[in-house]
This record gives sequence, C-alpha cells and structure tokens, in this order.
Amino acid sequence: MESMLHITTLHYLVLGAALFLLGVIGVLTRRNVVIVLMSIELILNAVNLNLVAFSRMWGGLHGQIFAIFVITDAAAEAAVGLGILIAFFRNKETVNIDEVNLLKW
Amino acid sequence: MAPVATPFFFYLFAAIMVIGGIMVITRKNPVHSALALIVTLLAQASVYLMLYAPFVAGVQIILYAGGIMVLFLFVIMLVSIDRSIRERQFNSQWVVGLIAATALGGLFIAVYTKGTNIFPEHALSIVESDNTQQVATMLYGQYMFPFEIASLLLLVAIIGAVVMAKKRI
Repeated sequence: MESMLHITTLHYLVLGAALFLLGVIGVLTRRNVVIVLMSIELILNAVNLNLVAFSRMWGGLHGQIFAIFVITDAAAEAAVGLGILIAFFRNKETVNIDEVNLLKW
Repeated sequence: MAPVATPFFFYLFAAIMVIGGIMVITRKNPVHSALALIVTLLAQASVYLMLYAPFVAGVQIILYAGGIMVLFLFVIMLVSIDRSIRERQFNSQWVVGLIAATALGGLFIAVYTKGTNIFPEHALSIVESDNTQQVATMLYGQYMFPFEIASLLLLVAIIGAVVMAKKRI
C-alpha cells in the first residue's frame, strides 16, 4: 500500500509501457491507415513520458529538451504521413492499409 | 509549494490516458479515435505538469492537441470514411499481432520487476519556478545545432507533404 501511494519514477514508466503497448497493438492489428498513424502518435507519446520521467529522476532538463525534439519529429512525421495517405487515397480510393501492396511480390 | 494529492491525480490521469488509448485503437470511426487521442494527450499534459515540466506540457497542448490533431481531423474529412467504417476493422494477422504485443508486455513486466532497485525511491527536488527559462537557455545554447537541424527537418517535412499531397507538381 505504501508503494501505491508514493509515486516514483517506476509508476510513470509503467504508464508509458502501457501506452506503448496500446500503440503497438493498434499498429499491428488495425486496417485503417488513419488509426495506424494515431497509434504511432501513442507510441511517440509513451516515449515522451519516459523521457520526462527520467528528466525528473535525474533532476536535469535534458530529457525535457529531447521530448520537445520528439514532438517536433512527431509533427513532421504526421505531416508527411498524412500527405502520403492523401496520395494513396487519390490512387486507390481506400484507406485500408492491406491495399498498400504495390511493392509486394 | 508542495504538490497536493499527487497519487490521486496520478492514478486519475493514468486511468484517463489508458482508457483513451484503448478507445483510440478500438473505435470504428476515425473521428472518435481522434477525439479519444485528444483526451489522452491532454491527460498526458497534466502528467507532465506533475513531473515539473510545464513547458513540455504547454507544447504538448498547443502542438499536439492543437496542431497535429487538427491535421488528423482535416485529413479524416478529406478522405471518405464511409466505406472503411462498413469494412472489417482488424486485419487477418491480428492474432499474431496480439501475441507479439503480449510478448512485449511480458518483456516490460520482466524488466520492470527485475530492475526496480535501479530507480531511486525519492526524486530529486528541483527548482520549479524557472523551467521555461532553463529550457530556452539550453535550447539556444547547448542544443543550438540540434535545434537548427530540427528546423531543417520541418522544412523538409513541409516540402515533402506538399509534394505528396499535390495532384500535379
């Protein structure tokens, strides 16, 4: 009970791991490209949570700076990913990720 | 100022985040998923505040919940979702995917139960008043070069997104 009431770094890490798992399940099982991209955002957020928790643990700010860079990266990734999605939808008239099979043999 | 009722708020926001995450990956309609993701991101901003990271929390709300999610909602409006809602939502490899995710979860549990004593019990006490100033000093000092690289990355992403989405260049 004592360990439940005292929030340590490990609590944040477990929360991050749970979010990461949800994102992985979304990426591996969903067929809708938009939801797959949202699951990738979940994964990036889990990483950010871990970075900020470690930053708090060591008392520095490097983790927070890195989290800001990861958010920048997520913005770039979302822009390019959604651009690809629009190009894909224009060609195939679908958002089903199983239809992305042009390079398959 | 000492934090008030930290365990209660931690478990509250953790529950909101996990339930929101489950909603994101189970809803049929992508708009509902996007709204659940916004709730998750806002709860995560609150968790950042509990970790004494107010600047990251603000960036999270403005950039993630404000910017990226608007981008997602616009794209959901651009593509037609009527057909995908009527289709099967999970692909044929979903059992394998769940097994892989379960294995990853087992790995996490093993690592975190074995490695509990790596993490110190009590976090260091840090000054909470000038977080934004310190972040700015580090971004424009020690992290100047990565900062510039990030701006280049954003430029490349803008050009890439326009090239991808435009019908004919």
